[in-house]
Amino acid sequence: MKLLTHNFLSSRFLKNVTTGYPLKLTIEEKNVVEAEVDVNFLKNIMVKIDYAVLYDVAKSIGEDENLPSPDATIDLDSLNKEQLNKLHRVLVCVDVVVGALECPETGRVFPIRDGIPNLLVNEDEVS
Amino acid sequence: MSSKRPEHTGPAELFYDETESSKYASNSHIVKIQSEMTERALELLALPEDKVGYLLDLGCGSGISGDVISAHGHVWVGVDVSLPMLKINRDDEEDPTKDLLLRDLGSGMPFRAGTFDGAVSISAIQWLCHANASDQNPRKRLHRFFQSLYACMGRGTRAVFQFYPENEQQSDLIMSQAMRAGFNGGLVVDFPNSTKAKKVYLVLMTGGVQQLPKALTDEQEVAQRGQVENIGRRVFQTGRQGKGKERIIKGSKAWIDAKRERAQKQGREVGNASKFSGRKRKDKW
Repeated sequence: MKLLTHNFLSSRFLKNVTTGYPLKLTIEEKNVVEAEVDVNFLKNIMVKIDYAVLYDVAKSIGEDENLPSPDATIDLDSLNKEQLNKLHRVLVCVDVVVGALECPETGRVFPIRDGIPNLLVNEDEVS
Repeated sequence: MSSKRPEHTGPAELFYDETESSKYASNSHIVKIQSEMTERALELLALPEDKVGYLLDLGCGSGISGDVISAHGHVWVGVDVSLPMLKINRDDEEDPTKDLLLRDLGSGMPFRAGTFDGAVSISAIQWLCHANASDQNPRKRLHRFFQSLYACMGRGTRAVFQFYPENEQQSDLIMSQAMRAGFNGGLVVDFPNSTKAKKVYLVLMTGGVQQLPKALTDEQEVAQRGQVENIGRRVFQTGRQGKGKERIIKGSKAWIDAKRERAQKQGREVGNASKFSGRKRKDKW
């Protein structure tokens, strides 16, 4: 699972959960795949990304070097190439192979195996 | 007859086990058809030309549809309930643009609001119309699915579902649940008169009433798209009736013109064509 996807995941589907965001991510094993930087895509997606959440996760795995600061609003045109590359690396290249996602409100844990998060729930767990 | 439909045999996560998944992914006929339907679904999504979209593939399976989405340059997230299918999808190719989630569509989409630029689903939604456990209610599951999908789609985006409706009630059920969740749209039926090429797409739109895209009907277009090669063989007529042309009523202007032309070709002397030929005379005359 990529950090890009984590940035959009929410556990609101669970019963009695109001926000369910962000999910707590624990990483046991990660992989870095190479991918070309696509500035067009970055421009499109950065509008929707919750950057504070992304920055926190990147920091927790020691990938926050060169990332733009989470305090200021991010203007992609003003970033230098290194920062763009880093942003792209954090979003798309880092792949969580083994780990877990945890709902911040109920503490329900969703395991990640072989890079695929298991978000299956029983019928009585959803609203 | 009904046993031909896999959704009648049980839940998708049991049907698509390891053997069935690898059969599905390696069947070139299935791959071809699925890819063509994905192409069409992307066309119906009508994304802006130069935009790299963030798309959702519902019931992505082994990634046949995803390959097409990637080929178009979009980034996508696949959701499926069958782990063997997802494993094939993941092992298939190190494609940096995709990501996969193991999730039952009927228990809702796990995304925050306004995430996606579009959603595509190829031959998956019909699985939601069946209950596989005593606590499952298809109507409720469909509603939950569409409601959560509506929430995670951006405004003004579309979701396109290709599916094979079993009967009218089934497509009505799916449609009504989608409308209840707030979507606009309807069915686009491509080649409605052909048994083989007929494809049903449910096009759902968020935000405002828009016009539904046109369905494909023209036989020439079939040939151009190469969807069904042998459609020409099935279009034939028996007997003398009409010989493929519209029948001309005896005594009409068209009949007189045709007759004159025929006589002319035979080299006979015929009267000049005029605007009066074939007109009805007044009763008085």
